[in-house]
Amino acid sequence: MQTGNLLLLLVVMVAGAYYLGLRRSFALARPLGGIRHLHSLPFYFAMRSAMWCALPALVVLGLWLAFDDSIIRQQVLASLPAELQPTDASSYNLTLSKIQNVASGALPVNFVEPPIAAAAEHLQSLRQTSAMALTVVVIVLCMFGGAWAWLKVSPQLRARQQVERVLQTLFMLCATVAILTTVGIVMSVLFESIRFFGKVPVTDFLFGLQWSPQTALRADQVASGGAFGAVPLFMGTMLISAIALLVAVPVGLMSAIYLAEYASKRVRTVAKPALEVLAGVPTVVYGFFAALTVAPFIRGMGESVGLDVASESALAAGLVMGIMIIPFVSSLADDVITAVPQAMRDGSLGLGATKSETIKKVIFPAALPGIMGGILLAASRAIGETMIVVMAAGLAANLTANPLEAVTTITVQIVTLLTGDQEFDSAKTLAAFALGLMLFITTLVMNIFALHIVKKYREQYD
Amino acid sequence: METAQQLDKPALGTNDAARDKAINEQAAMTQDTPYPDQTVGTPFVDDPKMRLRDVEVFYDDNQAIHGVSLDIGKNEVVSLIGPSGCGKSTFLRCLNRMNDTIDICKVKGSLHLESQDLYDPKLDVVELRARVGMVFQKPNPFPKSIYDNVAYGPRIHGLANKKYDLDEIVETSLRKAGLWEEVKDRLHAPGTGLSGGQQQRLCIARTIAVSPEVVLMDEPCSALDPIATAKIEELISELSESYTIAIVTHSMQQAARVSHRTAYFHLGRLVEMNDTETVFTKPEHDLTEAYITGRFG
Repeated sequence: MQTGNLLLLLVVMVAGAYYLGLRRSFALARPLGGIRHLHSLPFYFAMRSAMWCALPALVVLGLWLAFDDSIIRQQVLASLPAELQPTDASSYNLTLSKIQNVASGALPVNFVEPPIAAAAEHLQSLRQTSAMALTVVVIVLCMFGGAWAWLKVSPQLRARQQVERVLQTLFMLCATVAILTTVGIVMSVLFESIRFFGKVPVTDFLFGLQWSPQTALRADQVASGGAFGAVPLFMGTMLISAIALLVAVPVGLMSAIYLAEYASKRVRTVAKPALEVLAGVPTVVYGFFAALTVAPFIRGMGESVGLDVASESALAAGLVMGIMIIPFVSSLADDVITAVPQAMRDGSLGLGATKSETIKKVIFPAALPGIMGGILLAASRAIGETMIVVMAAGLAANLTANPLEAVTTITVQIVTLLTGDQEFDSAKTLAAFALGLMLFITTLVMNIFALHIVKKYREQYD
Repeated sequence: METAQQLDKPALGTNDAARDKAINEQAAMTQDTPYPDQTVGTPFVDDPKMRLRDVEVFYDDNQAIHGVSLDIGKNEVVSLIGPSGCGKSTFLRCLNRMNDTIDICKVKGSLHLESQDLYDPKLDVVELRARVGMVFQKPNPFPKSIYDNVAYGPRIHGLANKKYDLDEIVETSLRKAGLWEEVKDRLHAPGTGLSGGQQQRLCIARTIAVSPEVVLMDEPCSALDPIATAKIEELISELSESYTIAIVTHSMQQAARVSHRTAYFHLGRLVEMNDTETVFTKPEHDLTEAYITGRFG
């Protein structure tokens, strides 16, 4: 049976186990005089049955699916005659894909050697056996689990606690998934970066002032060496993010203060979601808004005062990005400002402070950690933003602090390095990982720095 | 009538049975004795500090205060007592317009601080609140240092020109609030780190630092232990030499100990106002008597 169908069957069986558990607990409770004589509510007995039915089967299913393919492959390759046995990694892959293609019918049988054809057949039959066995094992486990749970139902059974424990484990596993994914990503980026630094010295990368990552695919090509100085990219990222934050932080903060402290309830219910819509606009839309509307506008403005503005400028990208991240600042700041206790406001107003004095001197310091959190989130968004920059700021890696010139950012370069036909072990592609690592470290340092600031300046109300 | 509203506040020193009895009596009484149209006792004094006439407060369509008229004399401590929900806190909050922070709250009537109409549209609320300070039920020091807490008001109102002046204001205020000796070595420690009673005295110091004429206190001791309460009460007596004080309290003993005159509120009406001694020894109105003898409340 196919895995999808098997899962469907599993769901049906689990539902059945739930129902039977429920029925049985009610049946047990009736002679005792109602469900209050059971240790747990019938729901928990039913949940426990469902869990016993589902969990062992799911664990086996997961393990099976994780390992059966590699085991089958081993067996198929072992069945090949000695002269066809793969000798190194690439021939191993080649032989294997040949066998798999024959088995799936993509490659006609008469195109390959008879032993390969035989192996393909072997593969096919092994797969069928495996699927069959899996089906049987899962169904049996399901039934056994369900039956076991059904039999164990008794008025004294501590089903509630058991369900609680299972849920606790489930929550923990979910948290672990997020953490492990982060670790995995960091590790993969780190290892590839180390490979990159094997080809290009760290100092060249960190302090080099020139970025032109074209490397030669063949020895006779002109653009051989390539320059991997990340400083222009770093500067570009910082420049655009700084412009974006200069727009987003004041506007976002003040709109949050307006919404939290001054706006009437009616205005607030309309304005807050409306502001948050900004965060829902796809970045590519912001991108062409920046490239087709804002950039020409800035260029025109610049020309009218005699400034030379590039048609793709950091300013255009930064401004539009700033608009985009306003909701991150305003929404979070609004939440924390609203969360400052009314007693603080009363205390300040009662002393004859005006509303804005109260906000500045009492509410703002108390809400600082949350506000900082919003700004950080916005900053991370700005640093990681790609689409707007690709469209509005260009690809030229200029080392400049002039917002009217075209610049490029780390993320944009990662995209251009990794799109198109690439060798995956050239310095050019590996550079993307090094850039990614750098981006990650930057954000991390920023976070630590911000936490430190918050700790130093926050005024904690209990 | 609204007996349910008063259920949650047991009378002092009564057990459940007595309380049930009290509730029944109260129900009977509210049927038998209609509210007086006129407040009994002597709510008015000569040359008052605050002159309040026909005060009515509405929360949307709900009327919380019905035509309350009373005076608060100069350097007088007036206590407002009554069961929960009787409107005494609402009334107190009218006196420095703290009710402005509640959108749905509307105040009618004539309220004067000396010759100043409190609800004059041209009045600067901020200045009014500097003249009529407020201490709240729960101590609410700002999450700043002790010094900054006290210096908050003077800084806003520009009361001190130099650091030296400010230091002096802070010290005098803390001394008046009886907190100086306890905190003089840690003026720059956070105010939130003090004990509950100290926090409340800090809030009082903060309030008197702007030299108000009237200090409003909304159950200032309800979150404090008896020792801290005793200190605050002592403080109130001392403060009455230089300030006019209106205090809302749930403790009748407290009202008896600290105040010169006592006003008894019931369901948004001022039932009786008299010298504190009269109220507690020879109450004129049945409702007052019922309340102070603990038959309900």
